[in-house]
Amino acid sequence: MRVLITLIRRELSSFFSGLGGYLIIAAMLFLTGVSFVDIIEAVNNDTIHTPLTELFFGSPFFWLILLVVPTPVITMRLFAIEKFSGTYETLMTTPVGDVQVVLAKFAAAWMFFAVAIAPLLGVLQLVHHYASPGERFEWWTTASTFGGILLIGSSYLALGCLASALTRSQIVAATMSFGAGLALFLFSFLQFSIGTQPGCLATVVNHVSLFGHMEDFVRGVVDTRPLVFHLSLVAFVLFLNVKVVESRRWK
Amino acid sequence: MSNQEPMIEIEDLTKRYGRHAAIDRISFSVCRGEIVGLLGPNGAGKSTIMRILACFMPATSGTARIAGLDVFREADSVRRRIGYMPENNPLHLDMRVREYLKFRARLKGLGIAESRDRVSVVMDQCGLSEVGWKIIGTLSKGFRQRVGLADALVHEPDLIILDEPTIGLDPHQVRAVRQLIKELGRHRTVLLSSHILPEVEMTCHRVLILHGGRVLAADTTENLQRRMSDSGQVVAEIAANPHELAACWDGMEGVERFDVTPSDGLYCRCALTPQHGVDLRVRIFETVLARGWRLRELTHSRHSLEDIFVHVTRADREEEEEEEGL
Repeated sequence: MRVLITLIRRELSSFFSGLGGYLIIAAMLFLTGVSFVDIIEAVNNDTIHTPLTELFFGSPFFWLILLVVPTPVITMRLFAIEKFSGTYETLMTTPVGDVQVVLAKFAAAWMFFAVAIAPLLGVLQLVHHYASPGERFEWWTTASTFGGILLIGSSYLALGCLASALTRSQIVAATMSFGAGLALFLFSFLQFSIGTQPGCLATVVNHVSLFGHMEDFVRGVVDTRPLVFHLSLVAFVLFLNVKVVESRRWK
Repeated sequence: MSNQEPMIEIEDLTKRYGRHAAIDRISFSVCRGEIVGLLGPNGAGKSTIMRILACFMPATSGTARIAGLDVFREADSVRRRIGYMPENNPLHLDMRVREYLKFRARLKGLGIAESRDRVSVVMDQCGLSEVGWKIIGTLSKGFRQRVGLADALVHEPDLIILDEPTIGLDPHQVRAVRQLIKELGRHRTVLLSSHILPEVEMTCHRVLILHGGRVLAADTTENLQRRMSDSGQVVAEIAANPHELAACWDGMEGVERFDVTPSDGLYCRCALTPQHGVDLRVRIFETVLARGWRLRELTHSRHSLEDIFVHVTRADREEEEEEEGL
């Protein structure tokens, strides 16, 4: 446990010791800001009856800017940079377990992701303040929305972690995890075609659909199905990740 | 220092990458308190042996034990006992020196107070006290090397494994690092690799010459030199006709081979290889005197490790070629 904390601290500090981490946060903030303005203008002066959160998180802006694009950038360096610079060898020759290394890297990426999306809270608060003065801020909806982002985000981060462990090149790692993340995102669109027809295929599509998951969360509904789906996906991908780290001993 | 207790025991160690054997049935052992050098050209298998000993990757077959512990089955205990500095000394360049060493100490299982103390000790030992707050990326190569060494030492390991510790340093830094390694060797076992021969000659008690994944020679530096000194050459520079000289050496007793090349002016350079155990120097001098030649140099060249190395690896190569010829 002590070692795990040491490793997480090191990983987190490496995000902030260079410009990289700040750049990611700045870029995410800028793009969310731009898309927010866009949405606000579109619905300006109309009366809407959906919660604010739903309005925003139903749009592709949200998916691309908050999940599909930034997660590969956050995770690409985790293993690839250490393999490239050779520090992987110094790390793996200390009495540290493979599981600890994988968990620490994933946890650090997850924490960074949480920090990076935190400013969104402020944006929501601001819009709420001007859109419906006098009404109470919907804490529960906001909380479940953020929980949803972090949950779906962890699946994306786990995939990125695995991609990074497979290569020594950060570009290759980012491309692989972007590909996997985009596939998962595009797969969710099947909900609107196959998902509407009867049959077991439709059930599968609807279960996997990220839109379906997020739709619940933005309305303040916390369903166990997406919880189980994402947690088991993360567990499985991290398990593969540990095996990849171990695999150098099989050669 | 209990001398005969083995620190490293390697038996029939083989590592294959596909069909290519990086190391091929290597066996050797290193006693506690020794400084041993692995010497060989690039691709001889030095780094492979070290990586296996550092538990970074397993061998294809054979066993390796450190302080009696198997490097594969008891990897965690082994890792606690060794300090390993890989080739090119990779470091986290964004960290500060003290911060990095503390991080490494914590990874190696030291407590908070313990790691603070040990980091101060090794920073003193490696001459890093003044750069503790500097970012590693801004340090010179010599200082980075010291950071790597300090990292290898921080958890007080029994065995220190250094892969090419002086590569890329200027002569001044090389000397400093060598001195440091010698000091370390007083209390610990050190295994280092190099392809620079004088370095091994100066720092190590014992040398293993590797080539093509096999141990070609393993002995103390003195013994290796002694083994070669019997067949050392005698060089004489004499002012005389080359043909006359050649005829003279041809007729001389105890000369195995000779080579006459014209030098500057009237002088010729004669390199004579004596038969086993014969000292040619007096005979040459007497011949020169009898013929009334002028002599300006007469030296007996002792073989350096370099010659031994070339000799041993060449013999191996010839053998290989013969095998292929068959």
